[in-house]
Amino acid sequence: MTILATIRPHSWDFPLFLHVLGAMILVGGLLTGASSLALARGDVRYLRLGYFSLLAVALPGWILMRIGAEWIASKEGWTAKGAPTPTWLGIGFVLADAGGLILLVSLVAGGIGVRRLRAHKGTGLLKATLVLSIALLAAYIVAVWAMAGKPN
Amino acid sequence: MSFDDWALAVHVLSAFAYVGGIVLFWVLVVAVRRVDTPEGTLRMAPIVKVGNAAVGVGATGTIVVGIYLAFALDSYAIWNGWIIAALVLWAISAEFGRRTGAAYMQGMDKATELDAAGEGGANAELLALNRTSAGLVLHALTSLTVLLILIDMIFKPGA
Repeated sequence: MTILATIRPHSWDFPLFLHVLGAMILVGGLLTGASSLALARGDVRYLRLGYFSLLAVALPGWILMRIGAEWIASKEGWTAKGAPTPTWLGIGFVLADAGGLILLVSLVAGGIGVRRLRAHKGTGLLKATLVLSIALLAAYIVAVWAMAGKPN
Repeated sequence: MSFDDWALAVHVLSAFAYVGGIVLFWVLVVAVRRVDTPEGTLRMAPIVKVGNAAVGVGATGTIVVGIYLAFALDSYAIWNGWIIAALVLWAISAEFGRRTGAAYMQGMDKATELDAAGEGGANAELLALNRTSAGLVLHALTSLTVLLILIDMIFKPGA
């Protein structure tokens, strides 16, 4: 791990930087969205703030993270035909892609929830968005652990 | 995973907490610019606590575990230029962060004062405090410094 970090070619640095920066923005957006939704206590402003944190911060972060992931994986040769998939990379790809899908589902549910808020029809869908964003946050913490610690 | 692998994972997770907290504060910095009532300002306090916890745990974890790793790993030394740069940038970011918090607490304190006095309506002075230019610039500087740390950690200039 240490040796790898030391001898990593500098041509890998920029894609890795984009990947990590995107992941950090994603985690920040999820933290903000989950906190605002959880602590809103029915206040429409903070329910909307939570939803738009997911939409305007977490989603762009996910896109940047995923583009960076593909780029750095390609640079490191993990995407080549017949290349092995180490455990840490497998965990990362599964959580990134499944997490992206869950993020989209939570955004659709939250978007409908925000529209229903305007019509005073309750906050059920935004509660679902909250649960999904907390689950995503937990999943991405596992992904960061796997990427950084590289088990197996 | 060896102990050092775990330490590296904790170091990186701490960095995510640090940046996650800064991102959270960016959302609040933007959101509070339209808040002119004591109630609206004070409603942000619980979310601010989450951000403070993330920044506190993240900043502490990165520096403590980072220094441990600099001594524990044979390929790095605490006097490497990029590690010294990271330590200096970390100290600068911590000070910018502290000043940012102080700037935005003026609005929170004013809201508490107005709330205690029973003045719950819109207040121009509170809005001005919530729109603090100094706080905005300081938060931008904090973010820029942390971005430089991330660049330094990944590109490791001179390594």
